[in-house]
Amino acid sequence: MTSTETDSTSPSKPCLPIVENFSRRAAVKAGFATLGAGAFVAAISPLRQAAKNTSAAEFMQTHYTELSPEQKADVIARLEAETKEKYGADVTIGDDRPIPGTKFVYAINLSVCNGNGKCVEACHKENNHDRDTNQSYIRVIEMPKGTMDMEQGSTTYTGVVPKDDKFYLPVQCQQCDEPPCVDVCPVKATWKEEDGIVVVDYNWCIGCRYCEAACPYHARRFNWKKPEVPAAEVNPDQSYLSNRIRPVGVVEKCTYCLHRTRRGKLPACLEACPTGARVFGNILDKDSNIRWILENKRVYILKEELGTKPAFFYYFD
Amino acid sequence: MSSIPAKESHITSYPKFIGRSLWLATEGSFAFYAWMTMLTMLFLVGANAWANQVAGGMIGTNMTDQVSWGLYIANFTFMVGLAAGGVMMVIPAYLYHDRKMHDVVILGELLAIAAIVMCLLFVVADLGRPDRFWHMLPGIGKFNWPISMLTWDVIVLNGYLVLNLHICGYLLYMRFLGRKPNPTWYIPFVMLSIVWAISIHTVTAFLYCGLGGRPFWNTALLTPRFLASAFVSGPAFIIVAMVLIKRLTGIGGLDHPIATLTRIIRVTILINLLMVASELFTEFYTGGSHVSAAKYLFFGLHGKTALVPWTWTAIGLNITAALLFLWPGLLGFRWRPLLVAACCMAFVGAWIEKGMGLIVPGFIPSTLHEVVEYVPSQLEWKVTVGIWAFGLMVFTIAVKTALPTLKRPAEH
Ligand code: SF4
Ligand code: SF4
Repeated sequence: MTSTETDSTSPSKPCLPIVENFSRRAAVKAGFATLGAGAFVAAISPLRQAAKNTSAAEFMQTHYTELSPEQKADVIARLEAETKEKYGADVTIGDDRPIPGTKFVYAINLSVCNGNGKCVEACHKENNHDRDTNQSYIRVIEMPKGTMDMEQGSTTYTGVVPKDDKFYLPVQCQQCDEPPCVDVCPVKATWKEEDGIVVVDYNWCIGCRYCEAACPYHARRFNWKKPEVPAAEVNPDQSYLSNRIRPVGVVEKCTYCLHRTRRGKLPACLEACPTGARVFGNILDKDSNIRWILENKRVYILKEELGTKPAFFYYFD
Repeated sequence: MSSIPAKESHITSYPKFIGRSLWLATEGSFAFYAWMTMLTMLFLVGANAWANQVAGGMIGTNMTDQVSWGLYIANFTFMVGLAAGGVMMVIPAYLYHDRKMHDVVILGELLAIAAIVMCLLFVVADLGRPDRFWHMLPGIGKFNWPISMLTWDVIVLNGYLVLNLHICGYLLYMRFLGRKPNPTWYIPFVMLSIVWAISIHTVTAFLYCGLGGRPFWNTALLTPRFLASAFVSGPAFIIVAMVLIKRLTGIGGLDHPIATLTRIIRVTILINLLMVASELFTEFYTGGSHVSAAKYLFFGLHGKTALVPWTWTAIGLNITAALLFLWPGLLGFRWRPLLVAACCMAFVGAWIEKGMGLIVPGFIPSTLHEVVEYVPSQLEWKVTVGIWAFGLMVFTIAVKTALPTLKRPAEH
């Protein structure tokens, strides 16, 4: 390309002025540049603190689905050691995989739920949530009778429950079959497993919170700070994709307690519910309780118009 | 060392040109050094606040699970508009062959570069785990393309940056060599950049309007509204920059471009207002629960009114600016201060409207209809100011790089 363009060149016409005193100015500029660089390093020095909390192995770790069995074992051993070191608790972290032929669904009997909030509390403890912020994956909305408009409900109700003119609507992750949260994630840090549970790889999430904006059920939570759980209160039965203590700066969500349900137990919120409003099971099992309810009760789902196809149902007696 | 022998290869002479330009760009008067020192200091304050945010977690921001995006994403959205708005110089210059715009069109492209750099910084500031940014790199990370709109945004923004770096770099380099730019090396890219500018803002609008669970954003009008306000804020910024450049350097030939851009804003600002009005009409005339975010924005909801003053300020600024722009006298030289004032009003108006007035009400009320308010924390303001200071630094240096050649009208 040079040869064709040289014709129009006019090297005799300098277009940038010549600067005199080059060396002195250079020295002054170099001085300022050094000063600026030094100030910059000082300004970002808190990063060194943050870097200490991330090991090289953690930084380099690949996506959960790409880990070989040996790598997975190493990662889990590292996570267990870190929990011991940072929280002083001995925990075992499992790698619970979906059971073939299982599709988990949840249902809540709104005629029975009385808004006592035991499920909220159980979720908080089971999933090792930060004690300060009193986080939970479940929110119970107190609704006036005669409407389904959440606008009229309250999530911060107090006083004796149930109140006569109210009913109670617990909301948690609906494990959507068309989950908008999964679609928007730029790095595939969240996905839907074969048994219908939507999970997050806490070691892959970059914390953009796009999924939190996309979820229509306010089901996702962000770790705004490092979760604090006293050693004695740490639930030691953990799984990589569910209730292990989350790192700061990533998103988490309800996983239908997969560290329990994939081991044949029931979700913690269900066990804690004193009214028996909650039903959980495998929809593919023809003889299951949940199947009978979905076939025989007046069932509905939340925000059906959005096309998210929840695996979470509400019904009335 | 001012000119390069014709036989020297570009591989060695291009870095020389960049070094030389940077050297000259850091030459200047006392006022210039004072300005740069001030920006550096503000930038350092921002860098320090951000480092603290990374070390202590984002608890230092006032964002919550209900309002999970705030000042950073608001500024990001506005910056995309500013970058896209730079194209309003390119369209008259290259589509309508406006000769006089040719000489200064580079200012719009330099603005685009600075604005995109700021966009990228705002996104990084908003990440909970900036150390994992590499998860987004295609190839070594896992790129959720084409499903996630965010990956599209990453592609178009970086593409736009590269495109503008190429165009500016090439044009300035050719003038540095004292050669006539070869149209095949930049005209196709300029044409592409026009389409691309529209695409960056379209994709950014899709980020929000594709979310079915957020009725306030879930409107097809969002994209055209984004573009209309971008075509106000971008030219407004460039007008002010050109008025300043004329004042500070005495470079001629800027009056015609200023007049052209003023005429452009005259139209775009009205289109923007029209779209705001039609959106308000659909919201409030229809009513229903769909309207609660708009109600919160304009009048407050359940006694919570944090955004109301912002909104009405923006509306006041936009309408005043629109009226000023309609006045023919604004094109005259005598009314320069008024023109600058009108541009500033339009600029700030667009900033509020696209930022706090668009991102935050998308989250209020939340999807479970909780009204949790959001007011940016001091840390967020510091980081934001730091990024703005850095962007202005980039813009100042970039303009200074272009000045020697702007002084000499191009021989197109
Ligand atoms: S409820 Fe929300 S978080 Fe759960 S799967 Fe659906 S969209 Fe995702
Ligand atoms: S916050 Fe994490 S899981 Fe959610 S979209 Fe971003 S990267 Fe994906």
